[in-house]
Amino acid sequence: MPRPEARFQPGPMGRPAKQGVSTVKRRTLLATGAAAATAAAFGLPVSAQSPTKVGFIYVGPRNDGGWSQHHHESAMKMAAHFGGAVELVEQESVPEGADAERVMTQMALSGVELIFTTSFGFMDATSNVAAKFPNVKFEHATGYKPAANVSTYSARFYEGRAIMGHIAGKMTKTNKIGYIASYPIPEVIRGINSSFIHAKKANPDVEISVIWIFTWFDPAKESDATRALIDQGVDVILAHTDSTSPLATMRDSGAEVYGFGQAADMAEFGPKPRLSSIIDNWAPYYIDRVQAVKDGSWTSVQTWHGIKDGMVGIGDFSEEIPADVRAEAEALKQSIIDGSYHPFTGPLNKQDGSAWLADGEVADDGALLGLNFYVEGISGDIPS
Amino acid sequence: MIRLEKRPQPSRFWTAATPVVAVLATMVAGGILFAALGKDPFVAIRTIFWDPLFNEQFAAFSRPQLLVKAGPLILIAIGLSLGFRAGIWNIGAEGQYIMGAICGAGVALAFYPLQAWWLFPMMVMAGALGGWAWAMIPAILRTRFNTNEILVSLLLVYVAENILASMSLGLLRNPQGSGFPGSRNLQQYPSAANPELIAGTGMHWGIVAAFIAVIFAYVLLSRHIMGFNIQLAGQAPRAARFAGVSPARLVIFCLGLSGALAGMAGLFEVAGPAGQITIDFNVGYGFTAIIVAFLGRLQPIGILLAGLLMALTYIGGELSQFMLGLPAAAIQAFQGMLLFFLLAGDFLINYRIRVGRTAVV
Repeated sequence: MPRPEARFQPGPMGRPAKQGVSTVKRRTLLATGAAAATAAAFGLPVSAQSPTKVGFIYVGPRNDGGWSQHHHESAMKMAAHFGGAVELVEQESVPEGADAERVMTQMALSGVELIFTTSFGFMDATSNVAAKFPNVKFEHATGYKPAANVSTYSARFYEGRAIMGHIAGKMTKTNKIGYIASYPIPEVIRGINSSFIHAKKANPDVEISVIWIFTWFDPAKESDATRALIDQGVDVILAHTDSTSPLATMRDSGAEVYGFGQAADMAEFGPKPRLSSIIDNWAPYYIDRVQAVKDGSWTSVQTWHGIKDGMVGIGDFSEEIPADVRAEAEALKQSIIDGSYHPFTGPLNKQDGSAWLADGEVADDGALLGLNFYVEGISGDIPS
Repeated sequence: MIRLEKRPQPSRFWTAATPVVAVLATMVAGGILFAALGKDPFVAIRTIFWDPLFNEQFAAFSRPQLLVKAGPLILIAIGLSLGFRAGIWNIGAEGQYIMGAICGAGVALAFYPLQAWWLFPMMVMAGALGGWAWAMIPAILRTRFNTNEILVSLLLVYVAENILASMSLGLLRNPQGSGFPGSRNLQQYPSAANPELIAGTGMHWGIVAAFIAVIFAYVLLSRHIMGFNIQLAGQAPRAARFAGVSPARLVIFCLGLSGALAGMAGLFEVAGPAGQITIDFNVGYGFTAIIVAFLGRLQPIGILLAGLLMALTYIGGELSQFMLGLPAAAIQAFQGMLLFFLLAGDFLINYRIRVGRTAVV
């Protein structure tokens, strides 16, 4: 199963996992010390080190137009930032499971010092290989199994979903919005809930149809789902998959439907059907982490950043959106950035009508990371 | 003037030489492809064919991986080759592989956490049975209703994939997996695990089974009446019928056997290298095995070598991707060339190229 962001182990977000920090530091210090000693012994300047080898593993092709491509582009930005001081190695379309484990092992054997595994489904493989190579550092996107040499990182995409949901609620004429969902995991359920909550706030009559397609990247299936939603009378569609195929299908359908860029800006589909986008921006994080390895200050951390830290970007609003709605969306974005508003603020009930969040209560990260139910007003069941 | 002339007899020389020629031609054409991508073709070819076996940095790890990757390919291809020889086209080994894995893992998970020596043998049987049963659908539809087994077996792959998704999300989902899809990890369940038998060799029960299947198929084809019937039905269907070979029995036998072997391959994979039933458990062994069967000329020993060669291009292909930055698609094209040149080379077995004046007839 691919790459969803998932539940972190208990512990404060974005801070080093306490356990293991000291060992990693010690190990790094020892290694750095040894390198310096060797360099000194051979009379070489310490700065003239060979480039740091950094590896990336992608679940899809690096030109999928969405998820994998944005990891790839962020990796390229990271490499450009360091110039010759970093050697970037990449592997695309890696199946999850035994194959991923082999690819990571070979990378580690080839002298890669830091490996980014950019899909949820690489989690167990990352843990296994990391245990075998304690001196190699791993960064697993969207996972929840940190270790002394494994960090986890993800983005608060639900913040972006809130803004897209608001626009969707305002733009729909049929009062029906659609959501192309990949896997029934907390990341996706969070996105559906956040979209619906804010669409409903913007338009109390709105309904949401969810289609589950059980894949991250399958342009044909994504396109079929888009068509099915259009046939149901849906006129604004959010997608939680990796390709540009939903937007392309909307554009080619000739129907009055709108969509959003997902993972990438997908500006080429604007001003219609693309209204705005949620952009994954991993480059600052990648630069940060590679710098930490170069400095010898790398420790295992669990990162969950949102719009404020720049990990989630919001694409330009299309001219198709009325000016007042654009202003509202911008205000919503600012309120999320300055922390005055959290997308999951009560009063909110669960789908069955039971209370979840009291008036003014904000969902804590633990509840969000394990979210496995719909909020009130969404019909249909989460597959199980 | 170049023209083609049908040989009176298939050429023995070309039958043996085409695989070698195909590999060499693939290296040349692949080298041109890699050069066009701006990579040193010699380095690329060396990375694919040499480094996994002999590079001191990788070889200790990748040599055993060769067996891990080749095992399921060989096991499935052996089963397919018997049917292909008789003109029975099972294209749905991928689906049978999935069903075998689901049934085998299902047995293990039903008894979890019981520890017993008989559990693993029972899983193997359940795996074989699952694959066999899935292959029986096209077999019975063909023998009773004369449907096309190519289409039915292929389409059943997609049905199996959906059953796999449903199992990962529902019945077989790990109750302690925090709601994420996927079963318990069988590697952590000693009675059900299919571990490395000798540390550092990659050898697990599935590879043992693959070797046994090669020997079994060899004996079947050269010593047993069923093997004779299979070959006869493929080469001369009418003669086979006159000789009393029942086409229906042959279809049931060939599809059933290839299904059972594919199912076993799935079980060995899920209990071993993969570890768990997940939505994306299958990675195409069932389809790649078709290439392996043909690359091996539908001969058991040939399939053994072809499986190892195919595994080598996979592992070497991965190496060349991150060592040299070759795109994954270039590696797939490279693998495709191998089959292309092999099939093109087959032409020379039955035809010869004549250069010169056209003879007046």
